[in-house]
Amino acid sequence: MIEFTNWDILRNLLLAARWTIALSLTAFIGGTIVGLLLTAMRLSGRRPLQWLVRGYVELFQGTPLLMQLFLVFFGLSLLGFDISAWAAAAFALTFFTSAFLTEIWRGCIDTLPRGQWEASRCLGLNFKQTLSRVILPQAVRVALAPTVGFSVQVVKGTALASIIGFVELTKAGTMLNNATFEPFKIFAMVALIYFALCYPLSLASQRLEKKFNGSR
Amino acid sequence: MALVNIDQVHKYYGDLHVLKGIDLKIDAGEVVSIIGRSGSGKSTLLRCMNGLEAYQHGGIVVDNKEVSSDEKQVRLLARSVGMVFQSFNLFPHLTVGENIMLAPKLVLKLSSKEARALAEDKLDKVGLAEKIDEYPDCLSGGQQQRVAIARALAMSPKVLLCDEITSALDPELVGEVLRVLEQLASEGMTLVLVTHEMNFARDVGDRVVFMHMGKVWESGPAKEVFENPTTPELKSFINAVL
Ligand SMILES: Nc1ncnc2c1ncn2[C@@H]1O[C@H](COP(=O)(O)OP(=O)(O)OP(=O)(O)O)[C@@H](O)[C@H]1O
Ligand SMILES: [Mg+2]
Repeated sequence: MIEFTNWDILRNLLLAARWTIALSLTAFIGGTIVGLLLTAMRLSGRRPLQWLVRGYVELFQGTPLLMQLFLVFFGLSLLGFDISAWAAAAFALTFFTSAFLTEIWRGCIDTLPRGQWEASRCLGLNFKQTLSRVILPQAVRVALAPTVGFSVQVVKGTALASIIGFVELTKAGTMLNNATFEPFKIFAMVALIYFALCYPLSLASQRLEKKFNGSR
Repeated sequence: MALVNIDQVHKYYGDLHVLKGIDLKIDAGEVVSIIGRSGSGKSTLLRCMNGLEAYQHGGIVVDNKEVSSDEKQVRLLARSVGMVFQSFNLFPHLTVGENIMLAPKLVLKLSSKEARALAEDKLDKVGLAEKIDEYPDCLSGGQQQRVAIARALAMSPKVLLCDEITSALDPELVGEVLRVLEQLASEGMTLVLVTHEMNFARDVGDRVVFMHMGKVWESGPAKEVFENPTTPELKSFINAVL
């Protein structure tokens, strides 16, 4: 058996945590882009598009993330696409994130008074102008805190990618434990690293909430 | 042809028949007050006049433009018809000046400089020139409503629709908004006001339209209508509010 010092363990975990961060960022950025598209579709006033968005959101909110991950990973390989664990995880987490962000943003946009849309319409602004100059600037202020808050769920969600064999923080912890048989020590370290990633995010979310609550 | 032509307009909300064959013509420069009980269809009529609400039968033509709630048509109409709301509906994330400049820049394609000059001019008109760089929530309700009027005027509408624009204000702030309307009226602006300010309707308005159960129940020159109401419904309405 190989001897691992505490430092070796920590170093390996931190190296693996880079992949956790990379996966989180990818999912969050991808999810934001897809979420914005879905939000625009939802607001377009076209019924079929709205149904599509509704269905998408319900689908990804109503099934476990793990199943989404399995379906993307195994499903695409069944269809003959050779997909890496990384790509599968990135896609699944992007879908998952976009669905939840779309729903969060729906709430934020719906809290804006209907009069904001009507006033814009009476002034002759078109849909895109109304969205970009009137609705989104206000919605962003409201949405910032819950959006950053949700990023914590994305970071924790990446742990599931370990199950399809992607070596991120959790998978690295499992592998190190198989070599050292010190589960408590190793998983405590893993948990601490997750905490170090997530805590600043939830702190930021709380700050943002205070800052924008009730003010313009 | 009159500036506003409303011809046999019917409007339904689902099964609810809200406007039951409205006929109304408004000439340029006229000040028309629409009065009536709650639920008689005053707001609905006003909102049909600029396409905010769709109507099902009849026709409305304003400034030679067919009114419909079609997205493109509404935008075209915005150049002829301005609207001021009871709840101001200013954009809270923009300054007073930016509120006024937004549509002239985006819709009329004015340069920033031209739009700024326009905003200064319109704010001056409503007596708020010094507030141009404030945010709406730093202003009183009366001041916010005057900004909303300036914002509508910046699109140089042919007719300004006002839906109970003093109803949300503290009593001591009503006067400053009415004075702005009075000044606009004296300058020849066409105004259509849904209002509970009966004194204003009588003294400043040219014509009063009394709506009842989705119909124009009675209408005529302002003073006449108040002094000699012919229908019992208007008589009882006037007695109740005056
Ligand atoms: N969006 C809507 N959906 C369904 N019914 C509506 C809607 N808006 C108004 N109504 C109904 O239409 C009728 C006329 O409403 P409207 O707002 O035009 O009345 P109003 O004369 O402006 O009343 P008020 O003095 O209270 O403002 C009312 O019975 C009202 O309940
Ligand atoms: Mg009304």
